[in-house]
Amino acid sequence: MTGAIDTAGPAPATHKRPGRSRAAASDLAKRERRAAYLFLSPNLIGLTVFVAVPMLLSIVLAFFSVDGFGGYTFVGTANFERMVGDPQFIDSLGRTMIYLFVLVPGLFLSGLGLALLVRSQFPLVGLFRTALFAPNVVSLVVVALIWNFLLTDDVGFVAKLLGRLGITAPSWLGDPSYALGTVMVITIWFSMGYYMLIFLAGLQDIPREFYEVASIDGAGPWQTFRNVTWPMLKPTSFFILLTSTIAVMTGGLEMLVILTSGGPANSTTLIVYYVYQQAFVYGEFGYASAIGSIMVLILLAWSALLFALTRGGRFTHAD
Amino acid sequence: MPTDTATAPPARHAPAPPTGQRRFLVRRSHRKKAALFTVVGIIAIITAFPLLWMITSSFKGPDEVLSTDILPSAPTVDNFDYVFTSVPFTRYLFNSFIISVTVTVVALFFHSMAAYALARLKFRGRDTIFIAVFSTLLVTAPVVLVPLFLVVHRLGLLNSYAGLIIPAIFSAFGIFLLRQFYLTIPAELEEAAILDGCGYWMIYRKIILPMSKSIFAALAVLFFLANWNSFLWPLVATTDQDLQVVQLGIVSFFEEHSADWNYVLAAAFVAAIPTLIIFGFFQRKIVESVKTSGMK
Repeated sequence: MTGAIDTAGPAPATHKRPGRSRAAASDLAKRERRAAYLFLSPNLIGLTVFVAVPMLLSIVLAFFSVDGFGGYTFVGTANFERMVGDPQFIDSLGRTMIYLFVLVPGLFLSGLGLALLVRSQFPLVGLFRTALFAPNVVSLVVVALIWNFLLTDDVGFVAKLLGRLGITAPSWLGDPSYALGTVMVITIWFSMGYYMLIFLAGLQDIPREFYEVASIDGAGPWQTFRNVTWPMLKPTSFFILLTSTIAVMTGGLEMLVILTSGGPANSTTLIVYYVYQQAFVYGEFGYASAIGSIMVLILLAWSALLFALTRGGRFTHAD
Repeated sequence: MPTDTATAPPARHAPAPPTGQRRFLVRRSHRKKAALFTVVGIIAIITAFPLLWMITSSFKGPDEVLSTDILPSAPTVDNFDYVFTSVPFTRYLFNSFIISVTVTVVALFFHSMAAYALARLKFRGRDTIFIAVFSTLLVTAPVVLVPLFLVVHRLGLLNSYAGLIIPAIFSAFGIFLLRQFYLTIPAELEEAAILDGCGYWMIYRKIILPMSKSIFAALAVLFFLANWNSFLWPLVATTDQDLQVVQLGIVSFFEEHSADWNYVLAAAFVAAIPTLIIFGFFQRKIVESVKTSGMK
């Protein structure tokens, strides 16, 4: 990988370790341990304060009521009881499930489909891959602004284009029956390139000989996909199902904040937005934490299910 | 097609097809390539279109911005002029730049130190620490947004550069990728250095860091992009105008000028320029690191 290794040359054969005295060895081990903790300490402190503590805090806070700035009152399971009787929460939960069940397969299939299309060499394929990945590079804020512009009611580009074809465009972001679908399409637009790249890496790891054998055996494209590509892609598929669920469940908040504010008529209030709204719009940090912990529980359950279905995610390459 | 390389399957099957069939296969593969070119080309153009549309529209005048012509009839840079003179846009860019660069540099340094210890040093508790660090990968930013806000508030870091920078430094992602990379370094190099009397810090500086250049470049691109594009944390952690980052800046600009799309798109384009340039230059690095993050 790096030329620097070669210039150093092969290290002299100096395996003197066994010859050292016991005391010296334990001294060395102590030094090594001390060094290791010194190297680790900035990260361990940082990860504890800014990741682990917030994580624990979110569970603890779920049993508290937090008022304005700093006043914590223990309320037992009141936040969870409130959740059960909160139709907005129940609705956002249902909406999130729909969102997951459409987007996770949607991202999976679009990513896999694109990867299969761009895996072989043909003119400009590199440029096309770049174009497909490009929306992933700009911020979600920019994504939200671009689509807000393109989807403007009546005078926006999409409305005008459909108008020319004689179709009256609905209010994509203003009509409760379209808004969530619109958000899903935009999400697929900017994330499919990412999943394409990961699938592409998985495809490139499949040994060529497998395809040669399949072709000599007279397998058609579907049979080849079914018997070679699909089984060999299992580890990649597992990874994508897991990460895309996390991404779909907890991501995209920027778009909801900028594009729809959870509306119209709460039609895009997903759980992640509801948590944000309760905390930062209504100042209900305790209730928000309780809902957030439900979100984490759903994610954990889904990961556990995936692990169970794939026997611990332990896929072994057949080579 | 290679017929008898070392990796070829056992020759229990028919040898090369007769020439007639081969010509047929070649023609078929040409047709397949043309079909792929057309289909992928159309999808790629549709996918890239919204970005191109933002770019060309930001050069259009106010009366033309809603037209369906791709190119402006009279290209103008007035929109950019307006963006930079009506709001402190330079300040927004400066803030984002300082924050993103600082986070990137410090994160690479810290993460590689931890990765070195986890990959190359032997000590009790190493695996436990690694699993603990790794498990924090499951915690994504929006999940801990609320409690993180309370922690940073308690530390008195809201509305400060420190509050924007420090929490962004710590993530397991870089540690994990670097550790995987350091595991592949041959042990002989370090053993030789130890015999020469080098301490662990020297080994880290003289052997590990120089070998990390290429993976650092890939990670730096990812870190910079993630921080430049970050919106939610700055949104909740700052109210001070002087601390506005560019993503917040374009949203508040949009809220004030929501009907003036030529201005809004110019602002959005300026915010996107660094990401697009970096993507153009480091495309290969980005692709590599996305792939590694996916596969390992």
